Amino acid sequence: MSGDNKFLGLIYLSPFIIGLLVFTALPFLASLYLSFTNYNLMNEPVFTGLQNYIRLFTNDRTFRKSLWVTLVYVFMTVPLKLAFALFMAVILNYKLKFINVFRTAYYVPSILGGSIAIAVLWRYIFADVGLVNMGLALLGFEPVNWFGDPTNALFTITLLRLWQFGSAMVIFLAALQSIDKTLYEAASIDGAGKWTSFVYITLPLITPVIFFNLIMQMVQAFQEFNGPYIITQGGPLKSTYLLPIYIYDEAFKRFDMGYASAIAWVLFLIIMALTLIAFWSSRHWVYYAGDKRS
Amino acid sequence: MTDHILSQNTPAARDIDIVRSRETRSHRFSAALRYALLTAVGLLMLYPLIWLIGASFKTNSEIFSNPGFWPENPTLDGYIKGWKTSTPYSFGTFFANTLWIVIPKVIGTAISCTAVAYGFARFDFPFKKVLFSALIATLLLPNVVTRIPQYLIFRDLGWLDSYLPLWVPSALAGDAFFVFMLVQFLRAIPRDMEEAARVDGATTWQTLIFIVVPLLMPALISVCLFQFMWTMNDFLGPLIYISSVDKYPISLALKLSIDTTEAFEWNRVLAMSVLSLAPALAVFFLAQKYFIDGISSGGIKG
Repeated sequence: MSGDNKFLGLIYLSPFIIGLLVFTALPFLASLYLSFTNYNLMNEPVFTGLQNYIRLFTNDRTFRKSLWVTLVYVFMTVPLKLAFALFMAVILNYKLKFINVFRTAYYVPSILGGSIAIAVLWRYIFADVGLVNMGLALLGFEPVNWFGDPTNALFTITLLRLWQFGSAMVIFLAALQSIDKTLYEAASIDGAGKWTSFVYITLPLITPVIFFNLIMQMVQAFQEFNGPYIITQGGPLKSTYLLPIYIYDEAFKRFDMGYASAIAWVLFLIIMALTLIAFWSSRHWVYYAGDKRS
Repeated sequence: MTDHILSQNTPAARDIDIVRSRETRSHRFSAALRYALLTAVGLLMLYPLIWLIGASFKTNSEIFSNPGFWPENPTLDGYIKGWKTSTPYSFGTFFANTLWIVIPKVIGTAISCTAVAYGFARFDFPFKKVLFSALIATLLLPNVVTRIPQYLIFRDLGWLDSYLPLWVPSALAGDAFFVFMLVQFLRAIPRDMEEAARVDGATTWQTLIFIVVPLLMPALISVCLFQFMWTMNDFLGPLIYISSVDKYPISLALKLSIDTTEAFEWNRVLAMSVLSLAPALAVFFLAQKYFIDGISSGGIKG
């Protein structure tokens, strides 16, 4: 406001500025430095140049396995979750009674899903004689070895994420409800069917929300920890050993802080690269209302 | 002439009727299909939770033999023994610890994020653009990259095995997401009342507390609720920083209980899982409007 001291705003920002410097900027740079050192908490960090990174990419089969598993997990989880969330949002976006009841019911897993209690529940219901296999038996199917088999184990972890589609769905639903209904009327007068309207009206108008959900879900999926840590402890045969678990083990079990920082930086660079690609590509597929370029 | 028009129109009118009735029928059909699908998916989604509640009252042998909700021989064994835990502390201690982590953290978040959002939304100052970009960058920065040095900083401060590493970053507006959400909300509020208050001689602090905070209340409640939920669910933070069992929150206590008793005492673990979910569920159902509004307006991870 005019007449105020021009530094007044900075006083209100001071908690943020202190936090930013001490708990974000400094750790960010420190972890980059640590990734070039050998540091086991006992001695001072010793600068070793690129040695950690060389070891990572040439002499660490666990890392290669873990990186692969993480990429499979992210590329399996994120598209499936977004597609399912959008599908359910489209179904819900209709003059239905009880729409709020359904919306709430679908949202509950997103509220609870990250908790340890739910990870524990997952262990129980996907156990050899757990709820899921009991259900399959009732339907006449053979029991599935959900955790014992490496391929199934990663899928079971993925299901835990898919189960939490509600938050993405609520964001999609809000976007769908804000679309101007006259657009659909105009399209239907011009003879467009439902599918055509969906592809040419709905999808373009909700691309900003798809983009937002995509970035958020991807950044989170890359950092998944609780689920696999509790449910499978990364096993069997490291098939659910996601990079965040590997980083945790290196840093807080083996206290190899330098090496753990190097892994964290590789993970960070992958997330950044994919985020930048998404931002860069968004110029071509994300439509912003009132933007003349589109 | 009139006959001619009528004879031409009647089949067309009939066509329209047929099309309309077909449309209503397909409309009804599609509504029925939607309900069926929504109900089926809803049941599939919620059944694990429903089963969990039933199973927590079952005997250990029944948990892995009865897929139904209703326990055949209902027992409170799981709750009674689970509450005692295998440690010298009862689950009550872990609940109290959790609240002692959550409540100061939520208060710190609310105060600091409000002040910072007010600063961003209502003032001009040097480096504003840089700082706002830093806020957005923090929002997108994966925690995994700052975690290790943060641990070292807290170790050097002598804060390990205390709740300070969990409280302090949040009290310094560390959850950039909440700041961003409040800034967006504030930008949409007209400034007339604030300017009137300033003309009448109120300081910016008074304006913030008496004018802005009441207007900001719905968004602020959303922030508090989300911080409450996330902190209740937080596992990695306590796992890294808390080492004494007497300071464990429920997330760590549950992990401990599956490590120590799971081999045979399943109903204890399930009963304590139910209890640990209860506060979050209760808060969600009491305040679901704020959750849905919060994610719909700001867009929230989760």
